[in-house]
Amino acid sequence: MRRPLPLAAALLLALPFVYHAPYPLHILVIVLIWSFAYTSWSIMGRFGLVSLGHGGFMGIGAYVTALLWNKAHLTPWLGIPLALAASGLLAVVVAYPCFRFRIIGHYFALVTLALSGIVLQVITATRDYTGGSLGYTPERYHGGNSLYALQFTGKETWYLIALAVWAGGLWVWRKVDRSMLRCALEAISEDEDGAAAAGVHVTAEKLKITVLSAVMTALAGALYCQYQMFISPDTVSGIAISLQMVFAVVVGGIYVSLGPTVGAVITILLAEVLRISFGTRAVGWDNLVYGVLLVIFIIFLPKGILGSLLDLARGRRASPQSAARVASA
Amino acid sequence: MLELRSVRAGYGTFPALFDVSLDVRAGEAVGVIGPNGAGKTTLMRVISGLIRPTGGSISMEGVDLGTTPAHRIVELGIAHVPENRRLFPRMSVEDNLKMGGFVPAARAKHDGRLGLVYELFPRLRERRRQLAGTMSGGEQQMCAIGRALMSDPKLLLLDEPSAGLAPVIVDQLFDLVKQIRTGGLTVLVVEQNVQQVLRVVDRAYLLKTGSIRAAGTAAELLESETIREAYLGV
Amino acid sequence: MGVFDIYLLEALINGVLLGGVLALLSLGLNLIFGVIDVVWICYAELIMLGMYGMYFMYAVYHLPILVASVVCIAAVAVMGVILHVLVIAPLLGSAPINQLLATGGVLFFLQSAATVMFGVEFKNLGLRLPVLKVSEMFLSYSRLLAFVTALLAMLAVYLFLARTYTGAAVRAIAQDRQIMPLMGVNTHRIYVITSALGGALAGLAACLLVLQYDVHPFVGLSFGPLIFLICVLGGLGNFVGGFAAAFVFAEIISLGGLYLDLEWGYVFAFAFFIVMMFLRPQGLMARRS
Repeated sequence: MRRPLPLAAALLLALPFVYHAPYPLHILVIVLIWSFAYTSWSIMGRFGLVSLGHGGFMGIGAYVTALLWNKAHLTPWLGIPLALAASGLLAVVVAYPCFRFRIIGHYFALVTLALSGIVLQVITATRDYTGGSLGYTPERYHGGNSLYALQFTGKETWYLIALAVWAGGLWVWRKVDRSMLRCALEAISEDEDGAAAAGVHVTAEKLKITVLSAVMTALAGALYCQYQMFISPDTVSGIAISLQMVFAVVVGGIYVSLGPTVGAVITILLAEVLRISFGTRAVGWDNLVYGVLLVIFIIFLPKGILGSLLDLARGRRASPQSAARVASA
Repeated sequence: MLELRSVRAGYGTFPALFDVSLDVRAGEAVGVIGPNGAGKTTLMRVISGLIRPTGGSISMEGVDLGTTPAHRIVELGIAHVPENRRLFPRMSVEDNLKMGGFVPAARAKHDGRLGLVYELFPRLRERRRQLAGTMSGGEQQMCAIGRALMSDPKLLLLDEPSAGLAPVIVDQLFDLVKQIRTGGLTVLVVEQNVQQVLRVVDRAYLLKTGSIRAAGTAAELLESETIREAYLGV
Repeated sequence: MGVFDIYLLEALINGVLLGGVLALLSLGLNLIFGVIDVVWICYAELIMLGMYGMYFMYAVYHLPILVASVVCIAAVAVMGVILHVLVIAPLLGSAPINQLLATGGVLFFLQSAATVMFGVEFKNLGLRLPVLKVSEMFLSYSRLLAFVTALLAMLAVYLFLARTYTGAAVRAIAQDRQIMPLMGVNTHRIYVITSALGGALAGLAACLLVLQYDVHPFVGLSFGPLIFLICVLGGLGNFVGGFAAAFVFAEIISLGGLYLDLEWGYVFAFAFFIVMMFLRPQGLMARRS
């Protein structure tokens, strides 16, 4: 993959300058931001730390940034780091007791599920500040085009930002893939006691990857907020978003760096196609399709599309292994 | 009554039994002895249906067991007392015995069978409300055997009944096995403890690494060299 | 001062009443988990569908409420069986997380199906039940009814488990799955029966909840996460633990709602959960591991 990479990078960078049409660019930006979000999830998901609460982190990233801007007039350049810190902190508060007391596998997933539900409830409960289910809009600054406010009207600019962040996400994925952290986490997911006996600081390692994943997801939320200039609890937070993340990664392929991206492409294109074909009647249909597909994929193709294709390419039969290997609970 | 012909069985790709053939005639007590890892438990499981045979045939009174679903084998009159007892630990003795008589045919006879089991094992009647998991090893074994008897079986499979029990308890246990037979019950015992089992059975087979190496009456086997070789590898 | 105490007492009592229904729900979830070793994330969505069923049968087609309730319970029981047969059974050998994710897919599907079929507006049964005045306190009749019914249902389940052969099999299978065939028990049959029972309890809960709350496609999100927290805190599969945890959480929510919006009650409940995880981790380890 060494020689194709600069070429691909050059093509991707050049794209918005060659192809100006705003709608496709918009779709690309959305795809890139969500790919980044899904990649962030898969960074911990691939090690069996399946979280159903990442909608919560995304929501925090989005809302904290927007609230600090609107209420405290804090530039997103400072607001975003604060939002990231907040989600990191929340990740520690929830994950630490879980890991310390060996709440793993599906118990952990249930706790994180509750987490994303709770974040949604908090957003709704503080409706005087957040607008609740009606959504929230960051104030436009200088006509919506300002580096200080991290707002840009040009889709090309956003495309490049999203591309950079997405590429950054892949870079982080690759770094983790090649690190000792990966070895430690894979050992942990195979046999936690064995890993501990071998000297691995189980809780610390798991916490590291969880915080990393949470913070990246929060960044995705913050970017989404700055790009769309409108957020609501169900578009950035909640169980639906969490499940959507899992779905996209499962479909795309959880063990492959580009898997989540493939998943994002599929889910977003599907939603757009439905929206274009059916208009407002399409409300709910996309999630309906996701739901059915998720079940079908879990049963028949747990390695995802990309994962299974790669298996085929390498001559291995896609075996019905678990989508996420969990430490035998 | 029970016929095994050239049975092969195993776990996944790991074969445990090769070409095993044996007979148990009605009213008999037959033992299967052999060292650790010989495949004795596998043999029991393949008869009671917990594992499917990969080759050969098993039949009980002419009915092919290989194609019978596991949970229907009890209805054919086979009751298996598993290795390590496998009682339901958080259920009472009474409830464990009740589960033994789960099959519809046995439910009608529940009270009668319960009386019989309590007669055989008076300790169980004393402890009938006690949680099975809190009993001693010997008591648990009694309960396990009692549970198997609740279905009024024709053939009782005993899998390593002496496992984990003190010698004096084992003694009492095998005395009880002798007693159980008086009703005409057929028994197939799989056991590592050669001395104990050969004093209660009529015939026995020697199983080693998945195949039958010897067979004969209890007396014959007690005297033979083959057993010593099999166990000690001498 | 006296008036203040009355509100507190009222909140406490309402907490107990709420706890009854939550305990019923956690019983259903614990049954499924204890026996089949699977968590139905979409449990709350099954309840949501039951509530819609009640709405249509009673408010739209004007069936008598008792008839509607019986139909509802039966219908959700059937849904539970379908869920098991179509989604859970094929995954029984896989990692538990796969089973969880698959029920997550069903959650998605049910919420969306409800959105598509019924729209997002809140629907109400339109049944005005009286409010009882008990010495300065106002207790809604529907809450009392829900509480009593929930208790009776739990008693019925207890008797079923303790006295019948099938109930004994349900208990046994949770303790040693592998030897069940030796007892002559068809484990698949028991799974189906348990799924039906779990569904029936959800259906009953739907009947009770629809008396008090509006239904909309996402109503499951209001109490779904809560039930999971209750079950995890009480110990997944631990009936008594779930029962106790249900009342504890219900009180927290009720008291939280006394001073603040209802949503804050949930936040406190979650915070309480986190604190409990630090303090009593052994209460969180499920019976099976």
